Amino acid sequence: MDLSIFGYQFMQNAILSVVLGGIACGTIGVFVVTMHMPFIGVCMSHAAFAGALLGLWLGFNPLIGAFGVSLASAAIIGPLADRGELRPETSVGVIFSLMLGIAFLFMGLMPGTKSGALELLWGSILTNTRSDIILLGIVAAVVVGLVFAFYKEFQATVFHRDMARSVGIPATLTFYGILVLTGATITASLRSIGGLLIFSLILNPAAAAYQLTYSLKRMFLLSAGFAVLSGWIGLLMSYLFNIPSGATIVITSSAIFGIATLLSPKRRVKPWQKKPLPEERQ
Amino acid sequence: MASGVKANEMSNTVINIENAVVSYREDVALRGVSLRVKSGEFVGIVGPNGAGKTTLLTIINGLGKLVHGRVEVLGRLLTLGNGHFLRKKVGYVPQVENIDPRMPISVREVVMIGRYGLLGLLRRPGKHDWKIVDEMLELVGMTQLAQRPIGHLSGGEQQRVAIARCLAQEPELFLLDEPTASLDWRAKTDILRLVKLIHDSRHLTTLFVTHDLSCLPVTCDRVVLMKQGLIWGEGSPKEALTDDNLSQLYDMPISAVRERRKGAILV
Repeated sequence: MDLSIFGYQFMQNAILSVVLGGIACGTIGVFVVTMHMPFIGVCMSHAAFAGALLGLWLGFNPLIGAFGVSLASAAIIGPLADRGELRPETSVGVIFSLMLGIAFLFMGLMPGTKSGALELLWGSILTNTRSDIILLGIVAAVVVGLVFAFYKEFQATVFHRDMARSVGIPATLTFYGILVLTGATITASLRSIGGLLIFSLILNPAAAAYQLTYSLKRMFLLSAGFAVLSGWIGLLMSYLFNIPSGATIVITSSAIFGIATLLSPKRRVKPWQKKPLPEERQ
Repeated sequence: MASGVKANEMSNTVINIENAVVSYREDVALRGVSLRVKSGEFVGIVGPNGAGKTTLLTIINGLGKLVHGRVEVLGRLLTLGNGHFLRKKVGYVPQVENIDPRMPISVREVVMIGRYGLLGLLRRPGKHDWKIVDEMLELVGMTQLAQRPIGHLSGGEQQRVAIARCLAQEPELFLLDEPTASLDWRAKTDILRLVKLIHDSRHLTTLFVTHDLSCLPVTCDRVVLMKQGLIWGEGSPKEALTDDNLSQLYDMPISAVRERRKGAILV
């Protein structure tokens, strides 16, 4: 196996991109999974894609369009989800398809070649530049830094928003903070992984970590680790078999989820359940 | 109506609700409720489903939004901005909900959440906080389950944990919403004893909401009857909980009320 390719600048950029993007996506994914709202993330990532295309069409920075439109979608779905007025299956269907519809509309309206648009759809981590890496690095640092600083607020909000509110934690602010971070993470990773695939890199590693631990701290670490690992293995596969890297990264993350589910201790009988007599109640 | 406040307790008002109206979308949940509660009182709030009992609790801890009227809690007028401050002093035990059994949080961590509001932003729990958490777990008899994932506990155990979490907050007001709903007979009795014990030993002011009369501690000082978003009557348990009142409150014939009441009052 000839691995000299990893000596090239573009490959090193790609490797660094998946580390930073993986850390951001893996961390955000923990919120998405524990708050039981993958649908919000799905809608936001497709909204980001539509926003990026809007930027390409009208000639402004696609990432600004992506961030703006994904936050706008969060501003619509967030309050509904927060008040429990949302039936996820309906809203995902409506908003997801609407965003794809808008995205393809912009693509159709766009003059000239569509290569820029397709790149945002499938991702092209191998063309990542220094500025892409700096953006990913900033977002990853902000996400991880905030999780460290406000760990207890995040933990309480994730567990039960109403309860967090009732003990005096600014749970609504925390909830919207999570949505903004999700939008930022999706935007920063959009060019590398692609609008159609980015959400799997958020959901799959966290879902895998959710199968393996009862500790939230460990879940953050595992999730970020799985996301980075998916990126590395995906890149390697992409190179070895000459196939699109966004696809191999996402398929690897799904495989990790599958293995984690099979090995999950949460599906097994616990040590304390093996005791012949029930523990004393009081 | 006479309130059953014991003479040896302080007589200052800690909750003063005047003509409160709360509305969710099309439904009016409270239609002009006035209530005063004095420090140290144990008030039972009884009424059928949809009477506005839970809403009454949420305007006391600042989670519910008034469309009319005023609410004063612990000497502070509740406005949009200060609910935050008050919630730290008001312990609220909400109705039990199903918790995802895979939720990555342990019983001990859940109880610690009670202290998060007091700690404030950017401060981490210290030894002192964990000591209080462990004391509260001991008090509710959950010490041996402290390291378990919260989602693995039974309904009665989760209710105890919720009470411990509420006490870890070191509240002045103790609000309980249907703490015995969906529990078995034994667990109901245990929870009622525990609530009463905590109320007495920690000198709290307690509001206890239930739709199940058998779950109302007979030792409560005062009973408030609610129906259709209004306070329908109040008084000492003996005065308020007559067969006649209950038959009107629940729209049931007196004979049916008597039949049901033959059952058990638990504590």
